[in-house]
Amino acid sequence: MKFAVLQFPGSCDEVDALTAARRVGDAELVWHRERDLRGADAVIVPGGFSYGDYLRAGAIARFSPAMESVIEFAAAGGLVLGICNGFQVLCEARLLPGALLPNANLRFTCRQVELELVNARTPFTIACAERARLSIPAKHAWGRYYADADTLAALERHDQVVLRYAPGHNFNGSRNDIAGVCNAAGNVFGLMPHPEHAVEQLTGGSADGLCIFSSMALAAEGARA
Amino acid sequence: MLIRPKAGILDPQGVAVERALPALGFAGVENVHVGRLVELDVQDPSQLQPMCERLLANPLVEDYEIILE
Repeated sequence: MKFAVLQFPGSCDEVDALTAARRVGDAELVWHRERDLRGADAVIVPGGFSYGDYLRAGAIARFSPAMESVIEFAAAGGLVLGICNGFQVLCEARLLPGALLPNANLRFTCRQVELELVNARTPFTIACAERARLSIPAKHAWGRYYADADTLAALERHDQVVLRYAPGHNFNGSRNDIAGVCNAAGNVFGLMPHPEHAVEQLTGGSADGLCIFSSMALAAEGARA
Repeated sequence: MLIRPKAGILDPQGVAVERALPALGFAGVENVHVGRLVELDVQDPSQLQPMCERLLANPLVEDYEIILE
């Protein structure tokens, strides 16, 4: 199982993403100007402030050469995980529905959040316990998930809402308490909180984020077998 | 190009400004929205709309208006 972790100018969570991915497989960085995803089984678009987040978070990164390869990789069914800024990039690239807007309170917020696992049947959650409650950090200023009413209804109907903020934890004003969504095909997943920061009790407040990466490894190995 | 948050989507910047103005004595202000302005010189103005659609605005959450001078 091999992960490719993208790195843009302004990425800051790519090393934690590599570290988390290496708990369950091999992983290497792919610089934003490169198109070669090195035969990876899965791609992680990490957190940070790609291209300074100028214009809108993720808007410019979406047109990088590496992202063009990721769009083709996703269209061919490859697993793509976007975390925080990576989620914003995947929405800007239209690989995921909706958009991330400035937090309703306009503040950059860094805190541990409780999440409810809504769908444990995706390639990103199959190794997590059904209806698990995950405690992982979130840190962002642009994390308010928005989609129009028709899109939200379709997401709910097709079980594309994968994670929700637990009651009292939706600090950014996301619609329907959505913390993470997948595409209709189920091979692209984005979330604002940071599972890669929660793979060690000592530094992450819990190791609850690890199940996202072990799910991807399980799914990729299943697909290969 | 003037780019604005779409009507009906919470615009917390607009709300913050709307709350700040009365504190300075400006009464009777409502419907404040904060967007952005992109100025540029371009040879072929027919490129402006695709620029807005693809990069300068996010049509899911923003409206844009093109003003030629």
